[in-house]
Amino acid sequence: MKYALLLYSDQAAGPAWDTPEMAAEMQHWFSYTAELAEAGAMLGGEALDPTETATNVQVRNGKTITADGPFAETKEALGGFYLIDVPDLDAAIDWAAKIPSVGYGTVEIRPIMEFPDQT
Amino acid sequence: MQNAAINAITLAFRDEWPRLVATLVRELRDLEMAEDVVQEAFVEASTRWRKDGVPDRPGGWLLTTARRKAIDRIRRNKRFDDRLPALAEAAKVEPQPEMLIDDQMALLFGCCHPALGIDAQVALTLRSVGGLSTAQIAHAFFVPEPTMAKRLVRAKSKIRAAGIPFTIPPRDRLADRLEAVCGVIYAVFTEGHVSSHGRTLLRGDLCDEAVWLAETLAELTPDDPEVRGLAALCLLTDSRRNARVDGNGQPVLLADQDRQRWDRDKIDRGLAHLISAPARPSRNSNDRNGPYRQQAMIAAVHSSAATFAATDWAAIVSIYDQMISAGGNPVVELNRAAAIAERDGAAAGLDLLEELDARGDLDHYLYLHSAKAELHRRLGNRRAAASAYENALVVCDNDAERTWLLGRLATVST
Repeated sequence: MKYALLLYSDQAAGPAWDTPEMAAEMQHWFSYTAELAEAGAMLGGEALDPTETATNVQVRNGKTITADGPFAETKEALGGFYLIDVPDLDAAIDWAAKIPSVGYGTVEIRPIMEFPDQT
Repeated sequence: MQNAAINAITLAFRDEWPRLVATLVRELRDLEMAEDVVQEAFVEASTRWRKDGVPDRPGGWLLTTARRKAIDRIRRNKRFDDRLPALAEAAKVEPQPEMLIDDQMALLFGCCHPALGIDAQVALTLRSVGGLSTAQIAHAFFVPEPTMAKRLVRAKSKIRAAGIPFTIPPRDRLADRLEAVCGVIYAVFTEGHVSSHGRTLLRGDLCDEAVWLAETLAELTPDDPEVRGLAALCLLTDSRRNARVDGNGQPVLLADQDRQRWDRDKIDRGLAHLISAPARPSRNSNDRNGPYRQQAMIAAVHSSAATFAATDWAAIVSIYDQMISAGGNPVVELNRAAAIAERDGAAAGLDLLEELDARGDLDHYLYLHSAKAELHRRLGNRRAAASAYENALVVCDNDAERTWLLGRLATVST
């Protein structure tokens, strides 16, 4: 089954830039991603720039409305995602529990919707 | 013949339902279809057995029939096409006892998966493992039947969409997941034992179901001390069922219960679970002295006392001490204070209760106020007792307990 692992955390949490802690965490991210790929479970994934860089777009009555900011102003923001393919939810939970940011953030596991003609 | 068939179906329903659902969930990898085809097999049994007589092995007959129904369904609905080869293969093998145990464990772990809300876990467990109908579960939880039906449908959709597996978790997660299963069974039991909203204090059917689930789980995992503790706790508590309410449905305090009315068979079974827990738990099972086992040990002290006065309060206090040193909670402290009141006198218990009350954690907890009221009453502080009963009434939402509290209040208000 395919799942999106959505990585939420307080943007102020976690190690600060240019610290040895950050370097260690970056190593952790690289090795985690490599482990996912080696297990054949990795479909994709990216880290996102902070919400200060986000832009909102809506189209209402044919008019495109563009605004600064993320969709929702919350303490914990979406900071990245992985797309994985694993046998079941327990396997997805195991992978989610190993994500470097899970110690200070939250990982939301969402199954990828399957359409009948896909299978 | 008719009666024999009806008896055989009733018996098979009790014994075979969870095994059949468990086996078919493994083979079909779909809970809803498994339940539906088992249900249909029972419907067919109710006509066929009456006409043709009860088969030699009712369980085998039901399994074969349910599998045939599943194959028919799959042929009609292409979505499950990929399950056919496995099902055809499975149909050749007679399930072995070890497989049946594993399948039932897997079914329980799936229904009690922490990715489901606790209400959904409870409802699914009663439906799929217990074989209760949606109407029965709705009735037991005082919700309209369509609400319960919706809850079950949502839970099954989530199981399917989220890929919740019906498997026994790996060793490193087993203890945690077993704790979740125990939590569901205990929730069923407490809901039956003290119904939080409603008129009656006891609803035996849910207690029966929880006792049965706990004993089944203990059969499946005989080496887990906490599972044994849960089974013991349910049995020992439930042994007092007939003595806990009087003829008018009013609660009877432990001190005033007629101990002749306690169910000896349940007490013996409960004590047996406590004794049979292994001296040293296996590495991946729960603690030897976890909370269920500790509560069961307290219940066992009560069960072994011929009269309330003969209760070994020192033993009870020492079990509460262990619970507190293992990281207790205000309710444990409240119970310990009540035991201290019996061991050292009402004034000593009351001191501890006042301390607890001052902290404010239990402001909305009925039994803090009623315990204070009882001790004040014993010490002859009528006014303080009355005000504590009044505080208890404010947070009481059970009609039987309300009537009881009003009765107690009247005895100190005149």
